[in-house]
Amino acid sequence: MIAETGLIALWLAAALALLQFALGAIGLRAERNDYYAAIRPVAVAQGLFVSLSFLLLIWLFLRSDMSVRLVVMNSASVKPLLYKFAGTWGNHEGSMLLWVTVMGLAGAFIALFERSLNKRTLVATLAAQAFISLGFYAFLLVSSNPFERMFPVPADGQGLNPLLQDPGLAFHPPTLYFGYVGLSVAFSFAVGAMITRDVGAAFAKAMRPWVLGAWIFLTLGITAGSYWAYYELGWGGWWFWDPVENASLMPWLAATALLHSVTVLATRDSLRAWTLMLAVVAFSMSMIGTFLVRSGILTSVHAFAVDPERGSFILALLAIYIGGAMALFALRVGTVKEGKRFELVSREGALVANNLLLSVILALVFIGTLYPLLVEAVTGDKLSVGPPYFNLATGPLALLLVAVMAAGPLLRWRRDNPKALLNRISIPILITAAALFALALFTTGMSILALLGLALAAGVAVASFAPLWKRNLRRTPLHTYGMVIAHFGIAVALVGMACESSFTEERLVAAQPGDEIAVNDWKLKFEAIEPMAGPNWTALEGRITAQYGDGAIHEITPQNRMFAAAQTQTSEAALLTRWNGQLYVVLGDGDSEGRWQIRVWWKPFVTLIWYGGILVALGGFLAMVGRLRRGYKQRKQREFVEATL
Amino acid sequence: MNRWLLWLPLVLFGLFFAAVATGLIMPKDNIIESKMVGKPMPTFALPAAIEQRPGLSSNDLVKGKPTLLNIFASWCVPCIAEAPQLLELQKAGVEINAIASRDTPEDIANFLNRWGNPYTRIGTDTTSKVQLELGSSGVPETFVIDGNGIIVHQHIGDIRQEDIDKLLELLEDAG
Repeated sequence: MIAETGLIALWLAAALALLQFALGAIGLRAERNDYYAAIRPVAVAQGLFVSLSFLLLIWLFLRSDMSVRLVVMNSASVKPLLYKFAGTWGNHEGSMLLWVTVMGLAGAFIALFERSLNKRTLVATLAAQAFISLGFYAFLLVSSNPFERMFPVPADGQGLNPLLQDPGLAFHPPTLYFGYVGLSVAFSFAVGAMITRDVGAAFAKAMRPWVLGAWIFLTLGITAGSYWAYYELGWGGWWFWDPVENASLMPWLAATALLHSVTVLATRDSLRAWTLMLAVVAFSMSMIGTFLVRSGILTSVHAFAVDPERGSFILALLAIYIGGAMALFALRVGTVKEGKRFELVSREGALVANNLLLSVILALVFIGTLYPLLVEAVTGDKLSVGPPYFNLATGPLALLLVAVMAAGPLLRWRRDNPKALLNRISIPILITAAALFALALFTTGMSILALLGLALAAGVAVASFAPLWKRNLRRTPLHTYGMVIAHFGIAVALVGMACESSFTEERLVAAQPGDEIAVNDWKLKFEAIEPMAGPNWTALEGRITAQYGDGAIHEITPQNRMFAAAQTQTSEAALLTRWNGQLYVVLGDGDSEGRWQIRVWWKPFVTLIWYGGILVALGGFLAMVGRLRRGYKQRKQREFVEATL
Repeated sequence: MNRWLLWLPLVLFGLFFAAVATGLIMPKDNIIESKMVGKPMPTFALPAAIEQRPGLSSNDLVKGKPTLLNIFASWCVPCIAEAPQLLELQKAGVEINAIASRDTPEDIANFLNRWGNPYTRIGTDTTSKVQLELGSSGVPETFVIDGNGIIVHQHIGDIRQEDIDKLLELLEDAG
């Protein structure tokens, strides 16, 4: 009965979404206040019913109900509890239900708490949000019913893709999804504002927390995904420019640009059309990303659920939402006033440069990701675009972007004096030059890009704290601290990337137990190889001791796992983390003479890449808390003034 | 801003849509052909999969007479479908050797008891290592190998009734 209840809740939520859309569409046309009043409770009810549906699906997974097809295909009764739980969204149907659930909750949240937006724009936003949800509901109910039963009931399930059996990855998809959904809310706001032609500072202030929230989740999701690919796939790299990775990077790039332009709109009432366009593009990138991953149209090292029929469905949704929004943009933006003007050398000018650079990088990643598809459609040839293209195309622009990032916060709004600016950023420039000189003198074998990156990172690390210079630190708003920390995080990540690409040392050996391997100042000894058994896998585990110089001896245990349910082999790399880097050891196959392939990397400062990512997200979080608190205080003040008048 | 410029995003999206839609409609060619055709077989030595038949090494395939090398598994459904055709080829005097992919001795023995055993030698390839070296990506697959260990032909998928004459012809030509 649980499955049927879940399905009924899903149908009810879909019906409520239809009602929500109709109330908005008709209400706006007829200017009916009673329709406006009705839309809020409907949005809340829709959020509640779709959440109920999702909770029931989780429950089915937790109790391993093998009469439900989705549970059979993606779970097994012997699986650890965490993965039964995560299995709920570790598949196509479940992840789509999660998506529409988060969207429903976001709609409910807007209906309950959004106070600063003009009423008509709010109604248009909720109607747009319901319209997007309707597509997902149709998708779930027509072609991907998560609650479908299965007869005869099998004895046990097939388990989850073993690569996905990892605590990090259990929470990676929801993190990205929260990001995607946040962007869908921003998109709904943009569509709502275009419909009512009400694009101004109030609209930007209402949209900003959603963009910021989406951006925080995307940042965390990409950081976690990169670390997962690094330690789970066992190839020792942290970013491969794989289509699935790009699918998460592209919305992040668009969201980063949007985050900055929405701030210009909120504080200076400028860049109106541009902000609307970015909101449309950012959500388009999340949808296109989902489409690329789910349709199987691009081949990827992480081949997940692929199905051309579902691909067509998502593509049709894409055409309606994105095509519709872009047509609306073309029709309406001409009548939206562009807002206040500014000089080239100003905070706005730097943010426009930031936006343009991010957009070009986004376009280059987009082209590189889709180029193989285009070539195959035209000539039938198969080819792939790899890291050399992406690194070369985006690297220099990314460095330029980082330089703009360092200077931007030091500029004044509206207009600034170039000389005064140069004065303000002279110290970071000197530090960068000194670092460049020292690196060129004392290191060998660094690529130009890495060399510039490392030197620039040193300057940016200092420049990112400059906005706090000579300020009363206790009266500095929290969102300024957020920006400082986020920008500093970029510098930290940049150091990690440059060091990893320049100073990594690698050994690949065929070793017998007893053999020694040396890499950098590390001495490794291959002690033994032993069989192991886990809850649903068996493994061969290498016991290796590692010693840095004359320091303490550490034991590390890389594994080669076999998963019985899926006949799959995975490699569990062993990582030893020190303050100055990571030792990364992978156990390969054995040969008939008792030798084992062992691959060892010493990666100096590689962890800074992910610490940097976490700092960036933390900065975003502080900015969000600061903004929300300030908005709350201002509203209280306004209410107080109104009450006393 | 130029009015027509505002339509540019929609035009670009239209292009993307067209490219992706053709990609979805066009049938996907997922068959991976071996790059080993025309080349000598890689050296390997696989232990016996079952007690009744010897194991298989690459030396067994360079004895001057063309042979078939069939890659199969007990868990593979199309392998059941091609079993009668393999028996027919064996009756026609063809030597068929096999590699059992990712399988256990009991399962292989059960499979052969049930569907017939046309094989002279069966090596067991528990990790698919040899299979991958041969450039094979699935089961069943069958290679025609001439007497000098050169791979002449790769047959992907199950052998059907209509494939038999062609395979016999290829074996004849390779001799």
